[in-house]
Amino acid sequence: MSDEPNKGLLSPLRRKLLMGMAAVPAITMLPRASFAQAPATSAVNTTGLAVTDTEVTVGILHSATGTMAISETGSIEAEKLAIEQINAMGGVLGRKIKFIQEDGASDWPTFAEKAKKLLVNDKVAAIMGCWTSASRKAVLPVMEQYNGMLYYPTFYEGLEQSKNVIYTGQEATQQILAGLNWIAKEKGAKSFFFIGSDYIWPRTSNKIARKHVENVLKGKVVGEEYYPLGNTQFNSVINKIKLTKPDVIFTDVVGGSNVAFYKQLKAAGIDLSKQALLTISVTEDEIDGIGGENIAGAYACMKYFQSLDNPNNKAFVPAFKKMWGEKTVIGDVTQAAYLGPWLWKLTVEKAGSFDIDKIAAASPGVEFKGAPEGYVRIHENHHLWSKTRVGRAKLDGQFELIYETADLVEPDPFPKGYQ
Amino acid sequence: MFGDYSLGDLGSIFVMQGFAGLILFSVYVLMALGLAIIFGQMGVINMAHGEFMILGAYVTWMTSNLFQSYLPSLFSGYFFLAMILAFLASGALGMLVEWVLIRHLYKRPLDTLLATWGLSLMLQQAYRSVFGAREVGVELPQWMLGSLHVTDSIEVPINGVFVMGLTVLITLGVAYVMYKSRWGRQVRAVVQNRIMAGAVGINTEKVDRYTFGLGCGIAGVAGSAFTMIGSTGPTSGQLYIVDTFLVVVFGGAASLLGTIASAFSISQTQSTLEFFLSGSMAKVLTLLAVVGILMLRPQGLFALKVRK
Repeated sequence: MSDEPNKGLLSPLRRKLLMGMAAVPAITMLPRASFAQAPATSAVNTTGLAVTDTEVTVGILHSATGTMAISETGSIEAEKLAIEQINAMGGVLGRKIKFIQEDGASDWPTFAEKAKKLLVNDKVAAIMGCWTSASRKAVLPVMEQYNGMLYYPTFYEGLEQSKNVIYTGQEATQQILAGLNWIAKEKGAKSFFFIGSDYIWPRTSNKIARKHVENVLKGKVVGEEYYPLGNTQFNSVINKIKLTKPDVIFTDVVGGSNVAFYKQLKAAGIDLSKQALLTISVTEDEIDGIGGENIAGAYACMKYFQSLDNPNNKAFVPAFKKMWGEKTVIGDVTQAAYLGPWLWKLTVEKAGSFDIDKIAAASPGVEFKGAPEGYVRIHENHHLWSKTRVGRAKLDGQFELIYETADLVEPDPFPKGYQ
Repeated sequence: MFGDYSLGDLGSIFVMQGFAGLILFSVYVLMALGLAIIFGQMGVINMAHGEFMILGAYVTWMTSNLFQSYLPSLFSGYFFLAMILAFLASGALGMLVEWVLIRHLYKRPLDTLLATWGLSLMLQQAYRSVFGAREVGVELPQWMLGSLHVTDSIEVPINGVFVMGLTVLITLGVAYVMYKSRWGRQVRAVVQNRIMAGAVGINTEKVDRYTFGLGCGIAGVAGSAFTMIGSTGPTSGQLYIVDTFLVVVFGGAASLLGTIASAFSISQTQSTLEFFLSGSMAKVLTLLAVVGILMLRPQGLFALKVRK
């Protein structure tokens, strides 16, 4: 109740502000030099976002509680680090970034509700957030209705593209195809056994992988199995793997199931130094729970490993550990989450504006040379051009880089011939 | 699907599949035993059962860290101490919870569902605050990893054998305590008629507290054992709660034998179906079968014949 009178007072003010903003085109014609350091707020913010002369507000929307907190904690940490670093460098268009953090609580309707709150009440200039596809699908209509901008960090199944989302993780073809090509060539693999958790990402990814194995690599899929999320018993499927003797086990099992799967695989006497296993769902974060001794020897196929040897990463890893503790590990998604605030900053500077429409239009072609994974660039379809890498898990829970694509892989969220 | 395989291959797979079923059976019994006591004997719908298990898992994790830092020479045996500590920690927490919360709700069994659900959320958040949101990896001594090499194609997971042995031990222990000891007689007397039991001089409050503590303690041991096969994180307990209730309800509350029979039938159905169908399909069919049987026998497989 007490909010109502406030709104009544505010809205005439807002209307006046909006009227004032109508004069913006005229302002932009003024000589640039007059606000070289920090352009006037009315010039860079014509749609009433939370931008002041000194500050700009963004939202962070992840699960800090509930089952997904295990995975999303790293993303939150990376985004806060990026924001802190950007602020230390002087912020965006002369404005410090302030963030409002909301908790999606591993519940998809909550994600949608909080996204709406961030856009409508807080008027944030961008949201760094979501992790599971389900949360992104819940948030997407809100982003489109209220015209927000979401930086989404997770590798995901593709088949989506929106003006209001920048996908900083890889879509399925980027992640999978190069890995399959590599293992087919390197190990002469012909037969594949797929095992995944039973929801949209593993099913779509395996569909793409199956098409690629059958049509391009001319190999054979000898088994395709799905288990409910949270399943902890894999002995039967491990027996099936032993029976079919595939050249490669290809897995996209997620969450707590992952831990159970690798522990039981090891217990069943499957030696990952002899049996090739390619996973697209295990990052350094997951190995923390699985235990390096249970997964050493497995291959993972993604775009980033903490052990990458390049100058950007050598600065990034210590900075992350300094902020969040020596024992913290950095997985693929954590790195992708780190890209979000940076790409947003670069896009805002390119567009010279915080306006969502201008950012959406300016995004294609934005390059980030300081990415820990190396150079990345935003594609017309709002996904990133990025390299795909294969790493082998070591006992200490890190990956050693085995292979990386020579060039950036083009994102192709709607792959022809793979659907 | 068997056309391409030799007879020897098939034989060893069936042997191993048999083991897989037995391992699943012992896992089910182990996680359901604690609840069978709490739900079966006391009628408390303990939704926080999984969190008591995870407390055991975290205790195991801490013990393993302690041994690694201070007693690396004794590391290979730490697991036994960890299980005892897990029993004590979960049991103590259980008795505390009984004293603070549950004892006020014995006359309102349905409310225990809500109260313990709230408790489970609180415990999850407590684990998250104390141990962090990420999963922890419990390091096991070398001898508990890997498999026993029986023949070239038959390999038996050591952790599976360990869980089986543990399950047998604990089941026998619980059966002895419940059906042979003086204290077990008191528990059963309180279950059947609280007022009468009190009238003949049984301290019902004390019996309740220790029974609840015992159930939670066993959950803690189960959680400790499951660090070998599953994950340890603030919400990992949720992975077990549905299966646990399934086993106990299907077996018929208040019957230890029922719990075992139910765990056996569910695990065998599940692992056989998993082998011939996909994992998700197997789960669906198993649940359908359970629902069907519960419609015919609402009281579960085994039920005490009591006058209502």
